[in-house]
Amino acid sequence: MRSLADRRGEHTAETCYSGTSMSMDTEVIRRQFPFLTARGSPCAYLDSAATAQKPQSVIDAMRQQEEMHTANVHRGMYPLAEEATAIYEAARQSVQSFLGAQAPQEIIFTKNCTEAVNLVAKSWGKANLRKGDAVVLSPLEHHSAIVPWMQLAEHSEITLAWVNMDASCAYTVESLRTTLDTVQAKLVCITGQSNVVGVRPPLKESIEVAHNAGALVLVDAAQLCVHHPVNVRELGCDFLAFSGHKLYGPTGIGVLYGRRELLEGMSPFLTGGSMIREVTRKGFSSAELPQKFEAGTPPITQAVGLAAAIKWLGQYPWGEIEAHERTLIETTFAGLQSIPRLRILGSDDPGAISGCMSFVVEGVHPHDLTAILGDQGFCLRGGHHCAQPLHEHLGVPASTRISFGMYNTIAEVQAFLPALEKAIHLLSKS
Amino acid sequence: MDLYAEHILDHYHHPLGKGKLATPTVVHEERNESCGDDLAIELTVEGDIIMAVRWQGEGCAVSQAAMSMLSEKLEHMRTEDAAALKPNDIREMLRVPIGPRRTKCALLSLHALKNALLKLHHKPSQSWAETLGE
Repeated sequence: MRSLADRRGEHTAETCYSGTSMSMDTEVIRRQFPFLTARGSPCAYLDSAATAQKPQSVIDAMRQQEEMHTANVHRGMYPLAEEATAIYEAARQSVQSFLGAQAPQEIIFTKNCTEAVNLVAKSWGKANLRKGDAVVLSPLEHHSAIVPWMQLAEHSEITLAWVNMDASCAYTVESLRTTLDTVQAKLVCITGQSNVVGVRPPLKESIEVAHNAGALVLVDAAQLCVHHPVNVRELGCDFLAFSGHKLYGPTGIGVLYGRRELLEGMSPFLTGGSMIREVTRKGFSSAELPQKFEAGTPPITQAVGLAAAIKWLGQYPWGEIEAHERTLIETTFAGLQSIPRLRILGSDDPGAISGCMSFVVEGVHPHDLTAILGDQGFCLRGGHHCAQPLHEHLGVPASTRISFGMYNTIAEVQAFLPALEKAIHLLSKS
Repeated sequence: MDLYAEHILDHYHHPLGKGKLATPTVVHEERNESCGDDLAIELTVEGDIIMAVRWQGEGCAVSQAAMSMLSEKLEHMRTEDAAALKPNDIREMLRVPIGPRRTKCALLSLHALKNALLKLHHKPSQSWAETLGE
């Protein structure tokens, strides 16, 4: 029997990828990513919404940290320990400046974005939400911004209220206002950018409306902060979470930003070493911010990697990044639109889509599609993308998602589209 | 040989045994929630022999082809022998490499069969771990 690649012909991912677009030279970008240039691993990586590839500078910074600066932080009196502490705290300042936060104490390092949301739910939520209070969500949310509140609701009498939206997945301030009018909202949890359909809720206006209704706002910026500048003071949000690994940094590190007075009023989330001021046989008192929320030895190397990723990203003007990614989205959207029986989920306006888009093909399961494309080196995700309520809203069990990083090229999209059509043809019942 | 070999795609495009029985002895449905694969198996059992098998379902090519091939194999099988089928029997039946990512797709048919037979004997369903033999 012929191999699948033979049967499907010439469009493998190995053939093509370079190219420039707008003023950003993707060739220069790609050369900085060992994964993209390594011989023997030719593939079109179209799954950056799940996790991004890492540039050499991030890998080098982490290796140098491990090789030359290993000591625990906030502990030893010897110079090496002091140096490690200074490096770790400098990483916090990088994040502070990246988010435009007022003080480094407002930046809490966590394991990932999920843990950051859990910190808010299990510390602030548990202490401040009472019977009858509501947490407002929308179908756009990732499971990590939904389930912590569901779990809290299991043990208290709080309710979850959902902002209505239509099939275009447009999050409107009017719809948020309607929801806020019907419940006693204490918190609005809102994504900055959907990890499935790529739409962006109007953050600043939504935050203002939520505040006017007496609710705090937690922004899930895991997707947004990779594709668009985020400034917490301009937005006026109360909490904001993101993870390092989607931002070209390492796994194992996430960030919670919280307004200082809120964080100061909150109890510790995890407890143990580092987060205490004093422990006696009778009890403990907590350390000051930010250590209060960083129990145990923190992800030091990962913090260094995240700071390196922020520095790396900072070399490129946002305008260039966004213009380049805009052409990727528009080319993909137009290409997908021309494929019969394929439905792009969410907005029909490519201008409203950023970072990623998802689609379904009548009669073809995303897992089959992504497995066949995967064998040819096209890495896309098939499934519910940790957003089952959104898929339920759209009336499909699963979808195929294509997502982009700065390193993706139009050539990759142009190779992907015919490969997709062939895979659909192979799987379609004739 | 790749997963999407011609015989797999043939069974996916032209499934055997797909449909409903007029008077099934037992009906049982299983789902892979994470990917949306769904199989409902219907058996007519006389004495200890499976006389007829029909099924309905939706999902990926692997899950649907496996159910198609298994339904063919089950007709006139003793219930005892059907209950003794193991994951490896399904792997051998499929004749394509099933990696860890697709194990549950391939074995959803077996899982549905096992629990249909348990239901037939008024016993509680078994877990995925039991079907996988872990």
